Amino acid sequence: MKQGHLVLADGTRFSGLAFGASGTAVGEAVFTTGMTGYEEVLTDPSYCGQILTMTAPQIGNTGINLEDAEARRPALRAFIVREVSELTSNWRAVQSLDAYLKKEGIIGLSGVDTRTLTRHIRDVGAQMAAVGAEDPATLHDRAKAAPPMTGQDLTGEVTTTETFEWSEGSGVWAEPRDSAQRWHVVAVDFGVKLNILRCLVDEGCKVTVVPATTTADEILAHDPDGVFLSNGPGDPAAVTQGVETVRDLLGRRPIFGICLGHQLMSLALGGETYKLKFGHRGLNQPVKDLATGRVEITTQNHGFCVDVDSLKGKCTVTHLHLNDDTCEGIAHVETGAFSVQYHPEAAAGPHDSRYLFRRFTDVIARQRS
Amino acid sequence: MPRRDDIKSILLIGSGPIVIGQACEFDYSGTQGAKALQEEGYRVVLVNSNPATIMTDPEFADRTYVEPLTPEVLEAIIEREKPDAVLPTLGGQTALNLTLELASRGILDKHGVELIGARVDAIRKAEERDLFKAAMDKIGLESARAEVARTIEDANDIADRIGFPVILRPSLTLGGSGGGVAYNRAEFDSAIRWAFQCSPIHECLIEESLLGWKEYELEVIRDHADNFAVICTIENFDPMGVHTGDSITVAPAMTLTDREYQRLRNAARDIITEIGVDTGGSNIQFSINPQDGRVIVIEMNPRVSRSSALASKATGYPIAKIAAKLAVGYRLDELRNDITDTSSAFEPTIDYVVTKVPRFAFEKFAGADPRLTTQMKSVGEAMAIGRTFKESLQKATRSLEIGRDGLTSLLGKVEYRDLAAQVRRLRETGEAINQAKPMLQDLPDATETELREAIREVIHTPLADRIWYIADGLRVGLTIDDIHQATDIDKWFLEQMRQIIAFEGVLGDTDGVALSPDMLRHAKELGFSDRQIAALRGETPGEVRRMRADHGVAPVFSRVDTCAAEFPSLTPYMYSTWGLDSEAKVSPGKRKVMILGGGPNRIGQGIEFDYCCVHASFALKEVGFETIMVNCNPETVSTDYDTSDRLYFEPLTYEDVMHIVDIEKPDGVIVQFGGQTPLKLAVPLARAGVPILGTSADAIDRAEDRERFDELLTKLSLKRPRGGIAKGTKDAYAVADRIGFPVVVRPSYVLGGRAMEIVHSREELARYMTVALEAVSDAETQTILVDEFLKDAIEVDVDCVSDGEEVVIGGLLQHIEEAGIHSGDSSMALPAHALPPEVLATLRSSTRALALELGVVGLMNVQFAVRGSAVYVIEVNPRASRTIPFISKTIGVPLAKIAAKVMAGATLRELDYTREIVTHHIAVKESVFPFSKFPGVDTILTPEMRSTGEVMGIADNFPDAFYKALLSAYLELPTDGKVFISVKDDDKPAAADLARRLAELGFEIIATAGTRDRLQRAGVAAELVHKVGEGRPHIVDHLQNGDICLVFNTTEGARAIRDSRSMRRQTVMSDVPYFTTIAAAVAAVDAIEARKLRPLSVCSLQEYHARTTKLASVRPPPTQAR
Repeated sequence: MKQGHLVLADGTRFSGLAFGASGTAVGEAVFTTGMTGYEEVLTDPSYCGQILTMTAPQIGNTGINLEDAEARRPALRAFIVREVSELTSNWRAVQSLDAYLKKEGIIGLSGVDTRTLTRHIRDVGAQMAAVGAEDPATLHDRAKAAPPMTGQDLTGEVTTTETFEWSEGSGVWAEPRDSAQRWHVVAVDFGVKLNILRCLVDEGCKVTVVPATTTADEILAHDPDGVFLSNGPGDPAAVTQGVETVRDLLGRRPIFGICLGHQLMSLALGGETYKLKFGHRGLNQPVKDLATGRVEITTQNHGFCVDVDSLKGKCTVTHLHLNDDTCEGIAHVETGAFSVQYHPEAAAGPHDSRYLFRRFTDVIARQRS
Repeated sequence: MPRRDDIKSILLIGSGPIVIGQACEFDYSGTQGAKALQEEGYRVVLVNSNPATIMTDPEFADRTYVEPLTPEVLEAIIEREKPDAVLPTLGGQTALNLTLELASRGILDKHGVELIGARVDAIRKAEERDLFKAAMDKIGLESARAEVARTIEDANDIADRIGFPVILRPSLTLGGSGGGVAYNRAEFDSAIRWAFQCSPIHECLIEESLLGWKEYELEVIRDHADNFAVICTIENFDPMGVHTGDSITVAPAMTLTDREYQRLRNAARDIITEIGVDTGGSNIQFSINPQDGRVIVIEMNPRVSRSSALASKATGYPIAKIAAKLAVGYRLDELRNDITDTSSAFEPTIDYVVTKVPRFAFEKFAGADPRLTTQMKSVGEAMAIGRTFKESLQKATRSLEIGRDGLTSLLGKVEYRDLAAQVRRLRETGEAINQAKPMLQDLPDATETELREAIREVIHTPLADRIWYIADGLRVGLTIDDIHQATDIDKWFLEQMRQIIAFEGVLGDTDGVALSPDMLRHAKELGFSDRQIAALRGETPGEVRRMRADHGVAPVFSRVDTCAAEFPSLTPYMYSTWGLDSEAKVSPGKRKVMILGGGPNRIGQGIEFDYCCVHASFALKEVGFETIMVNCNPETVSTDYDTSDRLYFEPLTYEDVMHIVDIEKPDGVIVQFGGQTPLKLAVPLARAGVPILGTSADAIDRAEDRERFDELLTKLSLKRPRGGIAKGTKDAYAVADRIGFPVVVRPSYVLGGRAMEIVHSREELARYMTVALEAVSDAETQTILVDEFLKDAIEVDVDCVSDGEEVVIGGLLQHIEEAGIHSGDSSMALPAHALPPEVLATLRSSTRALALELGVVGLMNVQFAVRGSAVYVIEVNPRASRTIPFISKTIGVPLAKIAAKVMAGATLRELDYTREIVTHHIAVKESVFPFSKFPGVDTILTPEMRSTGEVMGIADNFPDAFYKALLSAYLELPTDGKVFISVKDDDKPAAADLARRLAELGFEIIATAGTRDRLQRAGVAAELVHKVGEGRPHIVDHLQNGDICLVFNTTEGARAIRDSRSMRRQTVMSDVPYFTTIAAAVAAVDAIEARKLRPLSVCSLQEYHARTTKLASVRPPPTQAR
């Protein structure tokens, strides 16, 4: 394997061995602390524009099975690991991680001291970086020249261009709660994770997925029972058309938003978002449901966050992060809209919050009756 | 909801003595629990029969009872202390079973004691196999097809229905005791009987075999508001069929996709909810079919377990502490994580790999079946942390203290063709492996093909050393597929091993060219020790270390932070690895002491030494030192992150310790508290300029080197048994002939009496020299010590503390059995209960003279033998001994703490400890043995230590203390019934006396011919019984039928010992108290007599100590001869 480097905008350099595709990539350097599910993480469209570091040191052990992919192809810029497995061991695996990244054109870098890198990002904050086999000085220049994540609307890169219907549920991996397709939901795809669609189907929804730029009227033309706002990459404040759409939809249909969808809903309600120092990315994040007092262990992947104070008087904050008290969920009860910052569909991660999909169909059912 | 105010006082039950399957992890959890409850302001009443624990230190509870763990005793304690609640989930299976018993006898209800942590119905549902299975069915989880049997007939029918092979799992046993695999009807017939005997409720689950499936454990925690978190996932390297305690285990799970893992997590959540553990931790085991991902629930422990200790150390999350707080009403979100000051309601995530490797002791149990099965057989474990599995596996394997520097080669040391033949014989006939007695003689050199085939056959059977055999298989060209086929071990793990072995080739083959810095660094990342690299390259470890220093190849220290570096860690809990940036953040300007721990538990070196290390840390913190702990045993209190100021979870080798010394630069290092492991490092560390605190390395050598020791004794005019050093069989004959048989023989420099024997004749000596010696793979020298055996002598252990000027005796412990039994195995009384004053005076003055002459600063232990008025010095150990915690608990003085302060420069006068304390109360130490785990092993006590743990009985008089000690060791002396007596000729007069007393107490006597004749001549009626081999029914038949309540049997000579072996085994199987020396038999009769006169009473250590302090202040200690 060839040597490669990761160089951060501040000049910090990490060397390793290149795997996956060759070339150079520029993006925001971030880390995730999940120990399982690198295939889901790798294919999560919300990582678009980012160079992702896995803190779990040995990656690739179970290969790639394609069933667990969260999108048709990965959207991240590069994948940084401590060690990539030379052998694939799992009954469902169809190819190795290395082969998959090669095929998908994603640059990988292994042999990196990911703990030191993670601590650096934690202490200094997420920042732009470049990775590749070029000389470090060139990579540094590229990193410095890259525009910051703040202000970037990346949804165009990951959204579907065509409207399509989705009817596949979780299959053998979860008991379908309601096999009848009772409700029609339009999901606005800002970079939707497929497991969200599966979870909606599991709850008895027929799902129509529409592009990110679809307007409220176009959505309503599908005559949905409810509208779902998906997760997605980039700065929510830059997704102005999305905010517009949500504002127009509020009060006209029940709405459920996840992650970017949650941020867009908050913005539409008059709230504000800001960038976290290094974000929340992992499968172990404790969130408290303020209504029940219950704690959920959640999957998270976000670099921006809704300002709790900016929402005062505009909606109810329903969930808080137990580590730093940031906003994890809101509800606009009068319009039947609610959203969460974290990922109830998990994939990868614990299933503690699946109840939210049921809550969505319950709201729909109430409104319809 | 915050803490409950409606309860004020909580009874915490410990786990009793260290046994296989239940070791110091429950001291760790009990100590955390007691601390957590005290912190919350509850009155803690603690009971545990094991004095060598930190939890029984009087300051960890308001009342501490070192009393037998029986329902009767617990009721007496409850009556005295009137606790509001009992917390049974931190004391292992012992505490859980005892609590169930208290509940079912109505004792808890009667005294209004609430069960917290787990309810009775939850415990039953988790522990009783058919209830558990029904619960799993109810929530739609698959468990292995299985049925519960209570009779042999049922069992046979069930086995027929399920089909062989079947797994046997007796109910309510710990460490899978009595369990196993039966491949056919013949094996099943004996296995099921054994299983029924082991189950306290005579019940066994017969289960479909999942051999070869992958095995996982989830450590989970849940609060009363249904908040739930998985603290750790553990993957077993060894597939199903090997008990998880005997498996190499890895955290986190390495070979699961997220979908598979979440299936387990969801199942775990459903299980803990359905079982109803709503305030605490549980351990849930799963099996996964590697072909299709099918999940089977194996079992659930509704309590903190061995794996919870491992999970706590592996992640930094204090499971026992949190479990205790949940039990008193807190919710997870109300508690903080000390390490990152974030919420406790998160799931730890780690960015390293943890590997635990079990430590076995088969060498001490000749004839034991060495196959690893569903019944746990290991006696300890080492854990290591590395960035990758490869690094942590190599670190863990070099932590085991079995003379291996990592995944080293056994090629050339193990004759694999012979081993394969022995394994085949073992599989076919059950005959144990004995590598010292080869089946194949005079083999020509093996070809690689022969080696491959032999190893392929060997690794098919799980054995203690299998991982080394697999590594050798890779060395001789077995492929990952070959090995996977033979072992079912996941190929991912085998691939990691392959990478290690492949790099050996690179390291060893550089054509005389020095290693490049990159290659050196890569070798270190793969976990290679300097010694391994040196051996591969024909260099010395010193040369490798120098080469690394030249190239700046040094490890970094990372922190165990529960969060994969997402948050800064506030606790300095560290491990070494290879990377760019160290997080050690050494404190500048502080006075520091580094304490080297004892490493993995093994027979001869256990919890007692961890106790001493923990005390050293506490004491030195008290006087302002920063304390730095180094250890690799995950079960211990010493490796808790808040025991010392700084914790390094590292192997205790010269290289690993020096890495820490290099950065910490401690003002002193304590090597004398952790047993032999750190002591071995004294000389090399001192040579490297490391300041060793306390007694000098030279003094240690003077006590251990035979010739220098002889000079020392001559100088002080002290007697020792006659003896000599032998360098071969001829030499040994010469010495033995000079002093006369019987003689005691042992290799020099060993711990726990490894391979120590009493031999009675030239023939036995010859056998010893050829067989036993070769079996001592870890002996550093082939030198044998041959000593006069002091027949019928009484042994005495004396522990003292010295500051170099003054010597204060901690205690004189008189052994209850005569000489010839390892001091770790014999029972002892403190104060010495039956020695004349002039002997006591000699013991005291000799001890003092030895300590002063050696310049002991700290602790010293001397073993004496007393015959008449003659006092012989057997050995001197200028270090903490196994008896320190026992003495400290008895006299109420923390000797190890005092010694640590003395080693750091204080005088005994400054510490106000200048006089020996002789208590009015008497404490008896009794040992606990793992014989029930090893069918077929002789249970006779010898100079080779085989006990795993100890208990203490404490009372105002010797008979009561002895009775309690036995009861604590799970031997209840009978009050009526038939006593079997069979003694050697010398003992016959004494036996007649005992028989008369027993008859007067209402017992019947049954005896073998010789003994019976003697009894009848003395006027005691006795029934005649055959010895085994004299016709039937013989004594073993009577024991099997339950006719016998007590056995006195003394023997002499190899033949008599062999002849009585099956009888000894049967007493273990039938739980019949059994005494092999007249001295112990007398003590037993005294105890029975006392029991008939008065009921057992209980009293706390705090009360004993309060009385003792008063006593000491008004009365000078007796016979303080200077």
